[in-house]
Amino acid sequence: MANDSLMIFWEGYGLPTVIIVAQIVAIIVALLLSVAYLTLAERKVLSAAQMRKGPNVVGPFGLLQPIADGVKLLFKETILPAGANRVVFIAAPMITFILALIAWAVIPIGPGIVLADINVGILYLFAISSLGVYGVIMAGWASNSKYPFLGALRSAAQMVSYEVSMGFVIITVLICVGSLNLTDIVMAQQTVWFVVPLLPMFVIFFVSILAETNRSPFDLPEGESELVAGFFLEYSAIPFALFYLGEYGNMILMSAMTAILFLGGWLPPVDVAPFNWIPGPIWFAGKVAFILFCFLWVRATMPRYRYDQLMRLGWKVFLPFSLFWVVLTAGVVVAFDWVPQP
Amino acid sequence: MSIIQRGLRSLFLGELLSGMSLTFRYMFKPKATLNYPYEKGPISPRFRGEHALRRYANGEERCIACKLCEAICPAQAITIEAEPRDDGSRRTTRYDIDMTKCIYCGFCEEACPVDAIVEGPNFEFATETREELFYDKARLLANGDRWEVEIAANLEKDAPYR
Repeated sequence: MANDSLMIFWEGYGLPTVIIVAQIVAIIVALLLSVAYLTLAERKVLSAAQMRKGPNVVGPFGLLQPIADGVKLLFKETILPAGANRVVFIAAPMITFILALIAWAVIPIGPGIVLADINVGILYLFAISSLGVYGVIMAGWASNSKYPFLGALRSAAQMVSYEVSMGFVIITVLICVGSLNLTDIVMAQQTVWFVVPLLPMFVIFFVSILAETNRSPFDLPEGESELVAGFFLEYSAIPFALFYLGEYGNMILMSAMTAILFLGGWLPPVDVAPFNWIPGPIWFAGKVAFILFCFLWVRATMPRYRYDQLMRLGWKVFLPFSLFWVVLTAGVVVAFDWVPQP
Repeated sequence: MSIIQRGLRSLFLGELLSGMSLTFRYMFKPKATLNYPYEKGPISPRFRGEHALRRYANGEERCIACKLCEAICPAQAITIEAEPRDDGSRRTTRYDIDMTKCIYCGFCEEACPVDAIVEGPNFEFATETREELFYDKARLLANGDRWEVEIAANLEKDAPYR
């Protein structure tokens, strides 16, 4: 009898928990490794654009450099500034890092390969990426120091501004899909990737995610020439590493979002013999890597925006333009009777 | 350029794309990096690096303790004490250079009448402690013995211009 209820407990509750935890660990480990090698890739791409070699001493082609950097940060001293609000100061990097991780729960990396295939996946993603600003604001405020505070204020205004146009871009895609489920969004692109009919929205979305993740040319929150390091100026060692992981994790997340919304997720470009032999997750990883390369490429090319230009671009260019495209797409879909049927 | 052309160029991101293509082309250019600890750049014969006290071919030290280098040193990094040796010749008993004070101006080697103190081609003499940079006579003579071939070649190359 006791054995029976134990079996029921195990099959109904224990085993699924173990499986989910294993899946979570697999996702996190893969993500952290990607973040580590994204930092190396960034240094390599930047150095290539500047005719340098980049890190090439630690391990073959510098492949162990991220590990060396990680170990260095691990053994450094965590400094708590005397004027800082300790609880918030410590909580801020944790929030940034956790938010960058939990969004991955709904990202489908292949047909059916997803931790939580929820029906409002895209809304969940959008909500989590919007919460990212809290980590920045808390870090800036809790540091109790002028440069982090200015950086945090800038970041908050910037992220909020660009989320508006991002929202409209997502709405445009949703009009073409008719579902908020990320798997459905990918499957709707079987005939043609949305990057082709919605190319202007793809460009707007790409520029907006640059601003959303505080990447160059919109890296004003950390603008080192005037704000030293911006909102994480007072951080060192592991809290600093968490911010770093969070920032790069967000970059990968946003690239994954772009791949799903516009580049057909795990789908091959054309569904013919040599292309559809390659498994979906590899296509997905390749697309994410391509968008990440574009992130780094833009960083190697563009100078930083001035703050009023940044705001002008967000509110006076992207917002009206994306709103216009929402109306246009909706009009075209209705006029040609292409309304997607669920 | 008319306003329409400019409008179209900014609408289709002309400047952004031309900038991006430029950086993309640069990614395939040959690297300008010098792989420093394994490769080194060329240095001039006049290069002013680590100091050395030279000897004559018979092993006799060149320095005659005239103290011209000590007098001219703008950073006052050189300290010399001297007295006659048993054979009657004037030699230094102490020749110290504080390498933390030295500004590598090269006045000491310009002042030296017998080419005894020179600044050699070596620039990799970083140490872990400050004390190791207070060079004494033994250290300077050892430098001279170690770098004599290079120093002599450099002096010969520079001689026509002096």
